[in-house]
Amino acid sequence: MTMTEVNTGETEHNTKHGMSTFGYVRIAIILGIITALEVSTYYVNFGPLFLPALLIMMIIKFIMVVSYFMHLKFDNRLYSMMFYAGLILAVGVYMTALATFKFFLS
Amino acid sequence: MAELAVNTGTSHEAAGSSSGISNVKLGMWLFLGSECLLFGGLISTYMLYRGRVGQGPTPSQVFDIPFTSVSSFVLLMSSLSMVLAVSAAAKKDDRGTMLWLSVTALLGATFVGGQVYEFTAFSSEGLGFSTSLFGSSFYTLTGFHGVHVTVGIIMLMAMVGILQRSEIPGDKAETIEMIGLYWHFVDIVWIVIFTLIYLIPV
Repeated sequence: MTMTEVNTGETEHNTKHGMSTFGYVRIAIILGIITALEVSTYYVNFGPLFLPALLIMMIIKFIMVVSYFMHLKFDNRLYSMMFYAGLILAVGVYMTALATFKFFLS
Repeated sequence: MAELAVNTGTSHEAAGSSSGISNVKLGMWLFLGSECLLFGGLISTYMLYRGRVGQGPTPSQVFDIPFTSVSSFVLLMSSLSMVLAVSAAAKKDDRGTMLWLSVTALLGATFVGGQVYEFTAFSSEGLGFSTSLFGSSFYTLTGFHGVHVTVGIIMLMAMVGILQRSEIPGDKAETIEMIGLYWHFVDIVWIVIFTLIYLIPV
């Protein structure tokens, strides 16, 4: 009977979070590799690809942590709405502010 | 009994909620959404002022990219230990939870220690808080982030202490998940700071 409880709990956990310990380690390794690639842009000349590559890698890391470590990918969509609403509002407001100060022209 | 186990396993998720989702978790996500606005303001202020160096050193003169890269990696790995703590808590493994929470706190403390060292080095190179607009906006942004990490470390250590005194295994799973969300948020803010502030030259 105790065994049934433990098994049920683990199944519920895996279904809820959708990842095993190995899965988390794999995500961390990918994040580490992307960080190494980011740092390499400081030493290697990527030419015109420098800025887009850095921004894309930053966004990939951001989304991976939010989706897998913070479980947004597996959780209720209402949580995603709460977070992304704040994020999109922040990006919109501050991009507008930076544009107002002619940041993108300099 | 199996039915009872299922009910027990999901009870914390919808505690005190008529919508079937956790109000505590919903509130935490709302808080993190609002934190995006706080850090967005600090980051955009830095972006505007980073080139305004009337006197004192410029960003490229003071930034130590290899050192900050290691600090960033340490904070990134603390997210792994945090998610393992949350996973252990969900499995009602209090020993594993305490171990991973302690590892997370240790990695966080290493990051904050690195930040203190960095601030000291910058200060000795002539970059004070009021030296230039670059200095003011840089210290404000990274200082706010450092305070957030420090608050996270305090929460982690407090939770380890609470778990040591707890007699019911796994009853703090949701609280640990909330601390985990906060910790990961601090990590994603650093992901953005590291790229925009350190790696992109003025």
